[in-house]
Amino acid sequence: MKEILEKIKTKYEVTDVLQKRADLLFFTIDKKMVLDILNYLKELEGFTHLVMLSSVDWLEENKFQLTYIINHPINKHDIAIRVDLNRDEATMDSIHHIWIHAETDQREIKELFGIDFPGSPGVDEDFVLEDWDEIPPMRRDFDTLEYSERTFFPRDGRKTYDTKEYMKSKLYPDDKQ
Amino acid sequence: MFSIKEDRSKFPTKKADGTLDIDLDSQKYVKIWQGPNHPGITGNMALELTVSGDEVVQSKTHVGYLYRAFEKLMERRKFIQCFPICIRMCVPEPDINEYLLAASVEELGGIEVPEMAEWLRTLVLEMARVTILLRGVPGQGGTMSLGMGVQWGVYVRDLMLDRFEELTGGRVYHMYIAPGGVRGLLPSGFKDRMEEVLKKVDEFVVDIDNLMFNNAVFKVRTKGVGIIDKDWIDQYSVVGPNARAAGIMRDVRKDYPYLKYDQLDFEPHTETDSDIYARSRVRWHDLQTSVDLIRQIMAKMPEKGEIRAKTPNVLHWKIPKGETYQRIESSRGEYGFYMVTDGSAYPRRINLRGPSYNSAMVLLEKMLVNANISDVSSLMVSLATCPPEIER
Repeated sequence: MKEILEKIKTKYEVTDVLQKRADLLFFTIDKKMVLDILNYLKELEGFTHLVMLSSVDWLEENKFQLTYIINHPINKHDIAIRVDLNRDEATMDSIHHIWIHAETDQREIKELFGIDFPGSPGVDEDFVLEDWDEIPPMRRDFDTLEYSERTFFPRDGRKTYDTKEYMKSKLYPDDKQ
Repeated sequence: MFSIKEDRSKFPTKKADGTLDIDLDSQKYVKIWQGPNHPGITGNMALELTVSGDEVVQSKTHVGYLYRAFEKLMERRKFIQCFPICIRMCVPEPDINEYLLAASVEELGGIEVPEMAEWLRTLVLEMARVTILLRGVPGQGGTMSLGMGVQWGVYVRDLMLDRFEELTGGRVYHMYIAPGGVRGLLPSGFKDRMEEVLKKVDEFVVDIDNLMFNNAVFKVRTKGVGIIDKDWIDQYSVVGPNARAAGIMRDVRKDYPYLKYDQLDFEPHTETDSDIYARSRVRWHDLQTSVDLIRQIMAKMPEKGEIRAKTPNVLHWKIPKGETYQRIESSRGEYGFYMVTDGSAYPRRINLRGPSYNSAMVLLEKMLVNANISDVSSLMVSLATCPPEIER
């Protein structure tokens, strides 16, 4: 893993390097270099297996983090490449021409986080949600409680009790204290 | 000489942008929905098939019938409260989720698991693999109306669920693996009762070989059907038994040994034909490997020992900021959790990577083109599709 990191460092500017395990390396790279480094690692270094493409919402820092985890099936180690995106202009280059199946990941992220991948096949189609007109639900500022109270209003006839008081009144009806 | 020139005029031509020119009003094509409620579909998923005669010309996978937002729910729960949620992400094989969540939390929280607990975890994970394969292996025959094997499998699986109940208290969802270790030791006499079940599994393995793999109809309908090209393995990130059926060795237990797999002697089976028959055969061998592994584990594991490391109070447990990726070999291939923590008592993000995510979406859509309608469900089952892990 050290050799590959040294090689990457000579070609690209990487930050926040974290050797999590002997076979798992994390680093952050600039948004513009992602396609380049993924192509390089796949074609020349043998990282042929895209494990997953994930995203994390850092609302406090006003950024999205995309994580590309790629795997070397022969040397048996992984690299996780982090990319920071500005939350206000969340757009990223598509990688479906490098790994065909990345289009599913990108379609999901577009729907659940609102990060756009222009050119990715079917990226604007519904994935798991239907007729969704709220903000993307996996964003941290989407309030699930408020949404469900607004959408699934409380049904009539339902009464909420304070458990302690209710049990007490049922078990010891004569006890006035 | 006599020769047949196939009439391809009924098949759609490609438009300039590469999409197929399908005009439903021409009455040459029919749209058929297989699913979301259909005996030939595993779980709730729909295949939108455009057929010409009985041949599929275009296929599209639709998901979303099962979306329960587990990943979102877990962001609002404490780590220990995530366990009842994460096990429901893969209904027939819940233990892999328990293990991955526990392993991620332990890695980020800096907790060492005692040796005895590692043995017990390995045992439970192999028992879970046997349980799902007892349904999965005959299930391939079930898609071709060979339902008898499924009935036999359900019976033996039930005996294995009895062992699960004895060990963990639950039959389907076990909640046995917890952060720091496991919840209990083996009950007395467990190994003998387990051996009785394993003997039944051995009998089942022979029976299913005679019933399914030596069956002429099964062979005709599976050999040479649904071939995954070797080049597609990397292109589509195919993992586990589907890759091994193509002759490419992919097994997390061997490649990235976790728990006690480095101390166990086993060799995952590979085939080269890469068709439905080869994939079923690999699973059939996997079942035997798992049975052998359970016997090895029970012989090698210590009798007694500490089963749970001390953890902080789980309701106030704050895990330092960090991220990790943990993987495991499920019955369908590589299965992983990507976990990000931010120093609070809640996970910032837990993302699941399931093998069906690629195989049931993009790969299946590609493989179904030019397939016969009657092969659709067997093709889908041969890829071991599990919709809950696509829509978490």
